[in-house]
Amino acid sequence: MTLSQFLVLSAGLFSIGVYGVLIRRNAVLILLSVEVMLAAVNINLVAFGQYLENTGRFAEGTAASGQVFALFVITVAAAEVGIGLAIVLLIFRNRSSVNVDELDALKW
Amino acid sequence: MAYDRSRPPAIGILMDLGDIRNWVFLVIAVVMLAGSIVVVTTRNVVHAALMLVATLGGAAAIFILLGAEFVAATVVLVYIGAVVVLFLFGVMITRAPLGGQGALDHSRKWPAALTAIATFAVLAGSTVAFFGDAEIGSGDPVLTSEIGSSIFNRFVIPFEVVSFVLLAALIGGIVLARRDPEA
Repeated sequence: MTLSQFLVLSAGLFSIGVYGVLIRRNAVLILLSVEVMLAAVNINLVAFGQYLENTGRFAEGTAASGQVFALFVITVAAAEVGIGLAIVLLIFRNRSSVNVDELDALKW
Repeated sequence: MAYDRSRPPAIGILMDLGDIRNWVFLVIAVVMLAGSIVVVTTRNVVHAALMLVATLGGAAAIFILLGAEFVAATVVLVYIGAVVVLFLFGVMITRAPLGGQGALDHSRKWPAALTAIATFAVLAGSTVAFFGDAEIGSGDPVLTSEIGSSIFNRFVIPFEVVSFVLLAALIGGIVLARRDPEA
Protein backbone atom coordinates (compact mmCIF):
# COMPACT_ATOMS: atom_id res chain seq x y z
CA MET A 1 0.00 0.00 0.00
CA THR A 2 1.31 3.42 -0.89
CA LEU A 3 0.69 6.58 1.08
CA SER A 4 -0.65 8.31 -2.02
CA GLN A 5 -3.64 6.05 -2.46
CA PHE A 6 -4.92 7.01 0.98
CA LEU A 7 -4.25 10.68 0.33
CA VAL A 8 -6.09 10.58 -3.00
CA LEU A 9 -9.09 8.84 -1.41
CA SER A 10 -9.08 11.43 1.33
CA ALA A 11 -8.84 14.30 -1.18
CA GLY A 12 -11.78 12.87 -3.11
CA LEU A 13 -13.92 12.60 0.01
CA PHE A 14 -12.97 16.10 1.08
CA SER A 15 -13.88 17.54 -2.32
CA ILE A 16 -17.23 15.78 -2.29
CA GLY A 17 -17.83 17.28 1.16
CA VAL A 18 -16.91 20.74 -0.16
CA TYR A 19 -19.39 20.28 -3.01
CA GLY A 20 -22.10 19.27 -0.56
CA VAL A 21 -21.47 22.26 1.70
CA LEU A 22 -21.66 24.59 -1.29
CA ILE A 23 -24.83 23.30 -2.96
CA ARG A 24 -27.02 22.34 -0.02
CA ARG A 25 -29.62 24.78 1.29
CA ASN A 26 -30.78 22.68 4.22
CA ALA A 27 -28.64 23.28 7.31
CA VAL A 28 -28.85 19.65 8.47
CA LEU A 29 -27.48 18.47 5.12
CA ILE A 30 -24.65 21.02 5.31
CA LEU A 31 -23.67 19.52 8.67
CA LEU A 32 -23.77 16.04 7.10
CA SER A 33 -21.38 17.19 4.38
CA VAL A 34 -19.05 18.62 7.02
CA GLU A 35 -18.97 15.16 8.62
CA VAL A 36 -17.79 13.70 5.30
CA MET A 37 -14.97 16.26 5.23
CA LEU A 38 -13.94 15.41 8.80
CA ALA A 39 -13.85 11.69 7.96
CA ALA A 40 -11.47 12.51 5.10
CA VAL A 41 -9.21 14.47 7.45
CA ASN A 42 -9.14 11.55 9.90
CA ILE A 43 -7.98 9.17 7.17
CA ASN A 44 -5.17 11.61 6.40
CA LEU A 45 -4.07 11.83 10.03
CA VAL A 46 -3.97 8.08 10.59
CA ALA A 47 -2.24 7.39 7.26
CA PHE A 48 0.45 9.99 7.90
CA GLY A 49 1.00 8.66 11.41
CA GLN A 50 1.52 5.14 10.09
CA TYR A 51 3.75 6.38 7.28
CA LEU A 52 5.99 8.52 9.48
CA GLU A 53 6.33 5.75 12.04
CA ASN A 54 7.46 3.32 9.37
CA THR A 55 10.00 5.67 7.83
CA GLY A 56 11.96 5.24 11.07
CA ARG A 57 12.98 8.89 11.14
CA PHE A 58 10.86 9.69 14.16
CA ALA A 59 10.61 8.34 17.68
CA GLU A 60 8.49 5.35 18.51
CA GLY A 61 4.83 6.15 18.95
CA THR A 62 4.36 8.43 15.94
CA ALA A 63 1.56 6.22 14.63
CA ALA A 64 -0.12 6.42 18.04
CA SER A 65 0.18 10.22 17.91
CA GLY A 66 -1.59 10.35 14.56
CA GLN A 67 -4.37 8.19 15.93
CA VAL A 68 -4.69 10.36 19.04
CA PHE A 69 -5.12 13.38 16.74
CA ALA A 70 -7.84 11.49 14.89
CA LEU A 71 -9.55 10.75 18.22
CA PHE A 72 -9.44 14.44 19.13
CA VAL A 73 -10.99 15.30 15.77
CA ILE A 74 -13.77 12.77 16.39
CA THR A 75 -14.42 14.27 19.82
CA VAL A 76 -14.58 17.83 18.53
CA ALA A 77 -16.81 16.68 15.65
CA ALA A 78 -19.24 15.14 18.12
CA ALA A 79 -19.34 18.41 20.06
CA GLU A 80 -19.81 20.33 16.82
CA VAL A 81 -22.77 18.18 15.78
CA GLY A 82 -24.42 18.63 19.18
CA ILE A 83 -24.08 22.41 19.16
CA GLY A 84 -24.82 22.70 15.44
CA LEU A 85 -28.05 20.75 15.65
CA ALA A 86 -29.10 22.74 18.72
CA ILE A 87 -28.57 25.96 16.75
CA VAL A 88 -30.46 24.54 13.76
CA LEU A 89 -33.31 23.57 16.05
CA LEU A 90 -33.41 27.07 17.52
CA ILE A 91 -33.44 28.62 14.05
CA PHE A 92 -36.25 26.29 13.01
CA ARG A 93 -38.23 27.28 16.08
CA ASN A 94 -37.89 30.98 15.31
CA ARG A 95 -38.12 30.99 11.51
CA SER A 96 -39.93 27.72 10.68
CA SER A 97 -37.22 27.02 8.11
CA VAL A 98 -33.66 25.71 8.07
CA ASN A 99 -32.78 26.92 4.58
CA VAL A 100 -29.57 28.87 4.94
CA ASP A 101 -30.37 31.29 2.12
CA GLU A 102 -33.46 32.51 3.93
CA LEU A 103 -31.46 33.48 7.02
CA ASP A 104 -30.61 37.01 5.93
CA ALA A 105 -31.52 38.95 9.08
CA LEU A 106 -27.93 40.22 9.37
CA LYS A 107 -27.76 41.27 5.73
CA TRP A 108 -27.70 45.02 5.36
CA MET B 1 12.76 6.04 0.64
CA ALA B 2 10.30 8.82 1.01
CA TYR B 3 11.79 11.91 -0.51
CA ASP B 4 13.69 10.38 -3.39
CA ARG B 5 13.16 13.07 -6.00
CA SER B 6 14.91 11.16 -8.79
CA ARG B 7 11.93 8.87 -9.31
CA PRO B 8 9.12 10.26 -11.43
CA PRO B 9 5.79 10.70 -9.68
CA ALA B 10 4.00 7.45 -10.29
CA ILE B 11 0.52 8.74 -11.07
CA GLY B 12 -0.34 5.72 -13.18
CA ILE B 13 0.81 3.23 -10.57
CA LEU B 14 -0.79 4.51 -7.40
CA MET B 15 -0.98 0.96 -6.15
CA ASP B 16 0.31 -2.47 -6.95
CA LEU B 17 -2.65 -4.63 -7.90
CA GLY B 18 -0.80 -7.82 -7.05
CA ASP B 19 -1.32 -7.04 -3.38
CA ILE B 20 -4.60 -8.31 -2.01
CA ARG B 21 -4.78 -5.41 0.46
CA ASN B 22 -4.99 -2.99 -2.43
CA TRP B 23 -8.04 -4.78 -3.78
CA VAL B 24 -9.61 -4.51 -0.35
CA PHE B 25 -8.70 -0.84 -0.38
CA LEU B 26 -10.26 -0.36 -3.82
CA VAL B 27 -13.55 -1.94 -2.76
CA ILE B 28 -13.71 0.20 0.39
CA ALA B 29 -12.77 3.35 -1.54
CA VAL B 30 -15.47 2.78 -4.16
CA VAL B 31 -18.06 2.23 -1.41
CA MET B 32 -16.95 5.38 0.42
CA LEU B 33 -16.90 7.61 -2.65
CA ALA B 34 -20.25 6.34 -3.92
CA GLY B 35 -21.80 6.73 -0.48
CA SER B 36 -20.51 10.27 -0.04
CA ILE B 37 -21.72 11.26 -3.52
CA VAL B 38 -25.18 10.05 -2.56
CA VAL B 39 -24.88 12.02 0.71
CA VAL B 40 -24.36 15.27 -1.17
CA THR B 41 -26.75 14.68 -4.06
CA THR B 42 -29.81 12.76 -2.85
CA ARG B 43 -33.17 14.49 -2.49
CA ASN B 44 -34.10 12.40 0.52
CA VAL B 45 -32.61 13.56 3.80
CA VAL B 46 -32.94 10.18 5.49
CA HIS B 47 -31.12 8.50 2.59
CA ALA B 48 -28.33 11.04 3.04
CA ALA B 49 -27.97 10.13 6.71
CA LEU B 50 -28.01 6.39 5.93
CA MET B 51 -25.41 6.78 3.19
CA LEU B 52 -23.27 8.67 5.67
CA VAL B 53 -23.29 5.41 7.64
CA ALA B 54 -21.84 3.61 4.58
CA THR B 55 -19.17 6.27 4.18
CA LEU B 56 -18.17 6.21 7.84
CA GLY B 57 -18.22 2.41 7.89
CA GLY B 58 -15.78 2.56 4.98
CA ALA B 59 -13.65 4.95 7.01
CA ALA B 60 -13.62 2.45 9.89
CA ALA B 61 -12.53 -0.29 7.47
CA ILE B 62 -9.74 1.96 6.16
CA PHE B 63 -8.59 2.51 9.75
CA ILE B 64 -8.43 -1.24 10.33
CA LEU B 65 -6.44 -1.57 7.09
CA LEU B 66 -4.02 1.01 8.53
CA GLY B 67 -3.70 -0.86 11.83
CA ALA B 68 -5.74 1.68 13.80
CA GLU B 69 -8.21 -0.61 15.46
CA PHE B 70 -9.11 1.65 18.35
CA VAL B 71 -9.89 4.56 16.03
CA ALA B 72 -12.04 2.24 13.92
CA ALA B 73 -14.00 1.14 16.97
CA THR B 74 -14.39 4.75 18.08
CA VAL B 75 -15.69 5.78 14.65
CA VAL B 76 -18.29 3.03 14.77
CA LEU B 77 -19.32 3.92 18.33
CA VAL B 78 -19.32 7.69 18.12
CA TYR B 79 -20.17 8.43 14.49
CA ILE B 80 -22.37 5.57 13.43
CA GLY B 81 -23.83 4.99 16.86
CA ALA B 82 -24.40 8.53 18.07
CA VAL B 83 -23.85 11.22 15.45
CA VAL B 84 -26.03 9.65 12.75
CA VAL B 85 -28.82 9.07 15.27
CA LEU B 86 -28.50 12.72 16.28
CA PHE B 87 -28.79 13.70 12.63
CA LEU B 88 -31.91 11.59 12.22
CA PHE B 89 -33.39 13.36 15.24
CA GLY B 90 -32.47 16.67 13.64
CA VAL B 91 -34.21 15.65 10.41
CA MET B 92 -37.25 14.58 12.37
CA ILE B 93 -37.48 17.76 14.43
CA THR B 94 -36.87 20.25 11.63
CA ARG B 95 -39.26 18.46 9.28
CA ALA B 96 -36.82 18.62 6.38
CA PRO B 97 -38.69 17.96 3.15
CA LEU B 98 -38.54 14.24 2.41
CA GLY B 99 -38.25 13.74 -1.32
CA GLY B 100 -39.20 17.31 -2.15
CA GLN B 101 -38.32 18.61 -5.58
CA GLY B 102 -35.09 20.57 -5.55
CA ALA B 103 -35.86 22.36 -2.32
CA LEU B 104 -32.73 20.98 -0.69
CA ASP B 105 -30.21 22.39 -3.15
CA HIS B 106 -29.23 25.74 -4.58
CA SER B 107 -29.85 26.15 -8.26
CA ARG B 108 -26.28 27.07 -9.20
CA LYS B 109 -24.45 23.76 -9.14
CA TRP B 110 -21.66 24.44 -11.62
CA PRO B 111 -19.60 26.89 -9.53
CA ALA B 112 -19.76 24.45 -6.63
CA ALA B 113 -18.73 21.52 -8.82
CA LEU B 114 -15.88 23.58 -10.25
CA THR B 115 -14.67 24.49 -6.75
CA ALA B 116 -14.83 20.86 -5.66
CA ILE B 117 -12.93 19.63 -8.72
CA ALA B 118 -10.30 22.32 -8.27
CA THR B 119 -9.91 21.36 -4.60
CA PHE B 120 -9.47 17.73 -5.57
CA ALA B 121 -6.97 18.59 -8.30
CA VAL B 122 -4.84 20.69 -5.97
CA LEU B 123 -4.91 18.25 -3.03
CA ALA B 124 -4.48 15.01 -4.99
CA GLY B 125 -2.05 16.48 -7.52
CA SER B 126 0.29 18.00 -4.95
CA THR B 127 0.31 14.97 -2.65
CA VAL B 128 0.86 12.49 -5.46
CA ALA B 129 3.55 14.68 -7.01
CA PHE B 130 5.33 14.92 -3.66
CA PHE B 131 4.94 11.46 -2.18
CA GLY B 132 4.77 9.48 -5.42
CA ASP B 133 4.80 5.78 -4.72
CA ALA B 134 6.23 6.00 -1.20
CA GLU B 135 5.23 2.84 0.66
CA ILE B 136 3.20 3.36 3.78
CA GLY B 137 4.92 0.34 5.30
CA SER B 138 3.27 -2.39 7.24
CA GLY B 139 4.16 -1.95 10.85
CA ASP B 140 2.37 -3.73 13.62
CA PRO B 141 -1.11 -2.49 14.47
CA VAL B 142 -1.02 0.16 17.17
CA LEU B 143 -2.18 -1.36 20.42
CA THR B 144 -4.88 0.35 22.41
CA SER B 145 -2.50 0.45 25.37
CA GLU B 146 -0.05 2.51 23.31
CA ILE B 147 -2.81 4.98 22.45
CA GLY B 148 -3.79 5.15 26.11
CA SER B 149 -0.28 5.87 27.31
CA SER B 150 0.13 8.41 24.50
CA ILE B 151 -3.05 10.24 25.51
CA PHE B 152 -2.24 10.28 29.21
CA ASN B 153 1.43 11.15 28.93
CA ARG B 154 2.22 13.23 25.91
CA PHE B 155 -1.25 14.55 25.11
CA VAL B 156 -2.68 14.92 28.60
CA ILE B 157 -3.20 18.69 28.35
CA PRO B 158 -4.96 18.55 24.96
CA PHE B 159 -7.01 15.72 26.41
CA GLU B 160 -8.15 17.90 29.30
CA VAL B 161 -8.88 20.78 26.93
CA VAL B 162 -10.97 18.51 24.71
CA SER B 163 -12.91 17.21 27.68
CA PHE B 164 -13.61 20.81 28.66
CA VAL B 165 -14.80 21.48 25.10
CA LEU B 166 -17.18 18.55 25.41
CA LEU B 167 -18.51 19.87 28.71
CA ALA B 168 -19.02 23.31 27.20
CA ALA B 169 -20.80 21.79 24.21
CA LEU B 170 -23.03 19.78 26.53
CA ILE B 171 -24.06 22.82 28.55
CA GLY B 172 -24.36 24.94 25.42
CA GLY B 173 -26.59 22.37 23.73
CA ILE B 174 -28.90 22.25 26.73
CA VAL B 175 -29.06 26.03 27.03
CA LEU B 176 -29.71 26.52 23.31
CA ALA B 177 -32.30 23.83 22.84
CA ARG B 178 -34.51 24.20 25.90
CA ARG B 179 -37.46 26.54 25.84
CA ASP B 180 -37.38 29.57 28.08
CA PRO B 181 -39.46 28.78 31.16
CA GLU B 182 -41.28 32.11 30.97
CA ALA B 183 -41.36 34.93 28.48
